[in-house]
Amino acid sequence: MKSVAIVGASLAGLSAARALRAQGFTGRLTIVGAETHRPYDRPPLSKEFLTGRMTTADLALEGDGEDLDAQWRLGVAATGLDRVGATGPGRGGPLRVRLADGSAVEADGVVIATGAVARTLGGGLAGVHTLRTIEDAAALRADLDGARRLVVIGAGFIGAEVACVARSLGIEVTIVEAAAAPFARALGPEMGAALAGLHEDHGVRLICGAAVRTLTGDGRVDGVLLEDGRRLDADVVLVGIGARPAVDWLDGSEVKIGDGVLCDSGGATSVPGVVAVGDCAAWFDPALGVHLRVEHWTGAARRPATAARTLLSGGAAVPEPLAPPYLWSDQYGMRIQFAGHTMPGDEVSVEEGDLASRSFLAVYRREGRTVAVLGVDQPRSFTRWRRRVNEPVGAR
Amino acid sequence: MIPACPLSALPRGEALRIETDPPIAVFHTEDGELYAVDDTCTHQDASLADGWLEGCEVECPLHASRFDLRTGEVDAPPAKLPVRTHQVVVRDETIYVVPSDLPPNLPPGVRTGSA
Repeated sequence: MKSVAIVGASLAGLSAARALRAQGFTGRLTIVGAETHRPYDRPPLSKEFLTGRMTTADLALEGDGEDLDAQWRLGVAATGLDRVGATGPGRGGPLRVRLADGSAVEADGVVIATGAVARTLGGGLAGVHTLRTIEDAAALRADLDGARRLVVIGAGFIGAEVACVARSLGIEVTIVEAAAAPFARALGPEMGAALAGLHEDHGVRLICGAAVRTLTGDGRVDGVLLEDGRRLDADVVLVGIGARPAVDWLDGSEVKIGDGVLCDSGGATSVPGVVAVGDCAAWFDPALGVHLRVEHWTGAARRPATAARTLLSGGAAVPEPLAPPYLWSDQYGMRIQFAGHTMPGDEVSVEEGDLASRSFLAVYRREGRTVAVLGVDQPRSFTRWRRRVNEPVGAR
Repeated sequence: MIPACPLSALPRGEALRIETDPPIAVFHTEDGELYAVDDTCTHQDASLADGWLEGCEVECPLHASRFDLRTGEVDAPPAKLPVRTHQVVVRDETIYVVPSDLPPNLPPGVRTGSA
């Protein structure tokens, strides 16, 4: 393989570039990024960057003097993927990534790492925010200055972290969640309910089981109307209802798309010479028997090494077993850590600490296996328990 | 020289955090070696004493950066800067740490009490 184009210049794209070089790829490497920034770290955007404790420079992912010998094409989105002189499915010359400025990058291999786009509501009202990029965070921060009431739509981790920051600024915060408990999708309803108290302790009003009908306001948002008729006043609204994979640019290509780019357990897509990593990729998880899009930092940091081996070996490399997904969240000075997958019906038990003290370690079990671990302010225990995920119960 | 704990109070495979400013982590490896480094990961705010100790390496509990305890060098990202190392002395069955004179590499947003 003489040339590789990486489409996406965030954590997954950078990690892919590093992995390719570390695995001996010496050919031409091009990194395409829709944003104008060099690769930066997104998790602090809802935490230290939003509070102002971290600056844009602090977010840089590249080390001082790090040189991947790559050509960077930043500030230009990819608009298509095809082959030069295509003569039929899978036949033709090198792969070609088409770019928004009319140019194209030709390469023998392509890494798709275009991430995800925040879902939104509100049809363009001022004061309504999502949080995905540096610009999003800066705009939200500017709007929070002087705001009295924030409504967060969606009780996921980003929404909860923004709620924390807003509380520290003395802003009244209401979180509206469609499910019966916060964090239910990630942590399951039982532990989600346990964490609801953490927010209520800090004066956040949490409304669960409520759907949003519409956002109100003339030019600028002034409230959130719920389906049950309740109205919540708001100066600022944060919409944290998840993200969809940024794969529209692959429409018309031969790359198979489901909920994201469908990949095998080594990151290979349906097209030879094309792999996908990060939030846009749905890798097949052999343990679960499904394609799963894992939108976590750790996956974007670690899986590209596997995808690089897949790409450089032409698919011959046997992929390493997938590490369990891992996420962390900082809320009110507490550190929440979770590893694994939970599904409805998992048996959950608190193994250390207790729920009331907001410092505990909970273990999720299913069919005789440890499938997930949740730690709230239990970093040392979590470090040990995390290694038991996917082991049979009682294996050590 | 700062007293850490009696040698018997830190079994092999375990780590201890000393609440200095900034805090220091002391590790007792499975091979019986003692090492001390700044407790705070150089990448983001996390305690290395809570991390996973394997050989002469500690893995950060938050993002899995790995540091060589002998030199403080980064063995695996996302950390970019080495963690400061300190000298360990055992005297009369007690572990002491001789703090380094060099400046620490604290993560963005984390400051020492005096700075």
